[in-house]
Amino acid sequence: MIKRSAYQDSVTLLGLARELRTRNGVLEAAALMGSPANKDLLAQSGLLTTEAAAAGVNDLVIVIRADSAEAAGAALSQAEAFLGARQRRLEGAGRRLPRTLESARRHLPDANLVVISVPGAFAASEARKALSLGLHVMLFSDNVALEDEVALKELARRRGLLLMGPDCGTAILNGVPLGFANAVPRGRVGFVAASGTGLQQVMTLLAARGEGVSQAIGVGGRDMTEQVGGVMTLQALDALGADPTTELIIVVGKPPAPLVRGQVEARLRAMQKPCVMALLGRGVRGRQEGSLATAATLEDASEAAMAMLQGVAWTSRPFSAPPTEIRTHLQAVWKTLAPERRVVRGLYAGGTLAHEAALILEPFLGPVATTLTPESAGRHSVVDLGSDEFTLGRAHPMLDSSLRVQAIHQAAREHDVGVLLLDVVLGHGAAADPAGDVAPAIEAARAEARDRGRGLAVVASVIGTARDPQGREAQVARLGAAGAWVLPSNAQAARAAACIAGGEPVMQSLLGSGGA
Amino acid sequence: MAGIGDLFRQEIRVINLGLEAFALTLEQLGVPVIHVAWSPPAGGDPRKAALLAALADEEEE
Repeated sequence: MIKRSAYQDSVTLLGLARELRTRNGVLEAAALMGSPANKDLLAQSGLLTTEAAAAGVNDLVIVIRADSAEAAGAALSQAEAFLGARQRRLEGAGRRLPRTLESARRHLPDANLVVISVPGAFAASEARKALSLGLHVMLFSDNVALEDEVALKELARRRGLLLMGPDCGTAILNGVPLGFANAVPRGRVGFVAASGTGLQQVMTLLAARGEGVSQAIGVGGRDMTEQVGGVMTLQALDALGADPTTELIIVVGKPPAPLVRGQVEARLRAMQKPCVMALLGRGVRGRQEGSLATAATLEDASEAAMAMLQGVAWTSRPFSAPPTEIRTHLQAVWKTLAPERRVVRGLYAGGTLAHEAALILEPFLGPVATTLTPESAGRHSVVDLGSDEFTLGRAHPMLDSSLRVQAIHQAAREHDVGVLLLDVVLGHGAAADPAGDVAPAIEAARAEARDRGRGLAVVASVIGTARDPQGREAQVARLGAAGAWVLPSNAQAARAAACIAGGEPVMQSLLGSGGA
Repeated sequence: MAGIGDLFRQEIRVINLGLEAFALTLEQLGVPVIHVAWSPPAGGDPRKAALLAALADEEEE
C-alpha cells in the first residue's frame, strides 16, 4: 500500500511495523517513507514491490507479506486505524495540526522553544527560522552540516538564544525533559553536555543519591571542536554561572580542541561555584584543584559532585561493592569460561558510554577496536550501534534493539568471545522495555555457549532512575534473570569485563591482592 | 545571554517538529506543546529546499 504525501516520522513507523508483525498470519511487515535508502532496505528484505519502487520520499510505503490475502488486507486496515488514531491523539478536540513553524506559533503564541527532529538535510533551515523568530532551539536531528552548525550557533549567540545540538539527544530545561531524558528530580546541579548518554549516566547516578538537576543544556557533540569553537558551551556556562538555582556545574563530553579547552577551563576557574569537568579521553587523570574537579569517568563526575556539595574529600573507587564480593563473583565467572574465551565484545546503544568503556578497557587489555569488521574478529571491541553507519534507514538502538540482538547472537557463535558488555538506557523516548528486548538474546547466547562447553559472561549496566517509565529496578531484575551481571555504572561494568578477560592480574591491580 | 537566563524563569512552551513521540511525552507531562504536521519541503529534495529557504530569507531582509 502506498499513501501519497503522507509523511510519518521513523519512530511512528517503527511502532506501526512492530504492531503489524505481531498479527496472526503476517510473515513480514515494513512501514517506511519512500526514500532511496529505505527502498534499498526493502530490496534487501525482498519486499520492494514495483509499486514501492516507484514511491517518492513523501510517500508512505507499507508492505505486508502474509499467509493469506485476508490476513494482508486486515493488516492494512489496522495500519490505517493506527495512523488515524495517532493523528486524532495529537490533534485533540477538533483542532487541525499546523503544517509550518509560523502557523504553529499562531496556535501557541508564547512558545519559547522549538524541538527539531526532522531529517538532517532539512533541519538547519527550520532551526534558522526558529532562531529568526526569537525562539530557543533544541536540534535533535543529526547529519547537519558543520558549516550550518557554525552559522546557526553564531546567529543564536548574537540573539542570546540557545541552539542545543545538532545531534542533541537529551536536555532538561526548568524540569522539563526533552528528547531522550530520564525522570530526575529538580535540584541544584547544572549541566553543559556535548554528550547525551554521558549526561544521562551522570544525572541518573546523582538522582540515585538524591541530587537533582537545575538545567541540563545539550550543546551537540561537535561544539568543543576547533571549527565550532565551543560557542554554545561558553554561552551555556555563562547562563548557569548567573543562575541562582545552580550551585554546581558539570561539563560532560569528549576532549575539546586545545584552544577551546583553554577557554572552557578559564571560564570554570573563574566561576563562583564548584565545577566538575568530565571530558573523557585517554590519559585524563582524576584530580581536584580548588573548586574545579577533573573526572576520568562519568561515575567519578557524579562522585566528585556529591563530595563537593557535601564539602568532603573525594576519591575514585573501582567498584561500589566490597572487594570480597567482586572477587567471589569473578571466581565464579572464571569457572564457567573456557580459557581461550577471553575476548570482550561491547555492544552499545550509547555513544559516550561505548567511548568510556573502551577508555577503561584499554589500559588493562590493550587496543580495543570500535568497529565490527572481519579484521576485528578475535580482538577486543566496543561498538557504538547508535553511530551513523548503523542507523542509516533504521531507528536508534535505544528504540530498536534488532541490530543489537543480531550482534549478540553473532558473538555467541564466535569461539573466542568470552564477555559481552552492554548498556541499557532508560528514560522518556527510549524503548518501553529495553532489558526485555535483549534478555531473550542473552539467554539464548549463554545457552548456546554452554551447550558447546565454553560459557559466556554478560556484564551490563542500566542507565536510568526509579521514576523512569521503564523503572530501573525491574530492568535490572530482568537482565539479572537472563544471567547478566548488572553493575551500578557503566564504568564499573567495564572494569568487571576487564577483570573477567584479563584474569587475576587485572583483578589484583583493581582490588589489591589482599582478602578472600 | 540575558535571553537564556530569561528562559530559565519562564514556563517551557514547545513547538515540536519531527518525532511525534516527543510531543506525546510532553503532553503527558502537562507541558504546553504543539506538534507540527511537518513534511519535507520541495518534494523532499534537500537541494531545492535549501534554495527555497535562501529565497525566503532574502525576502525577509
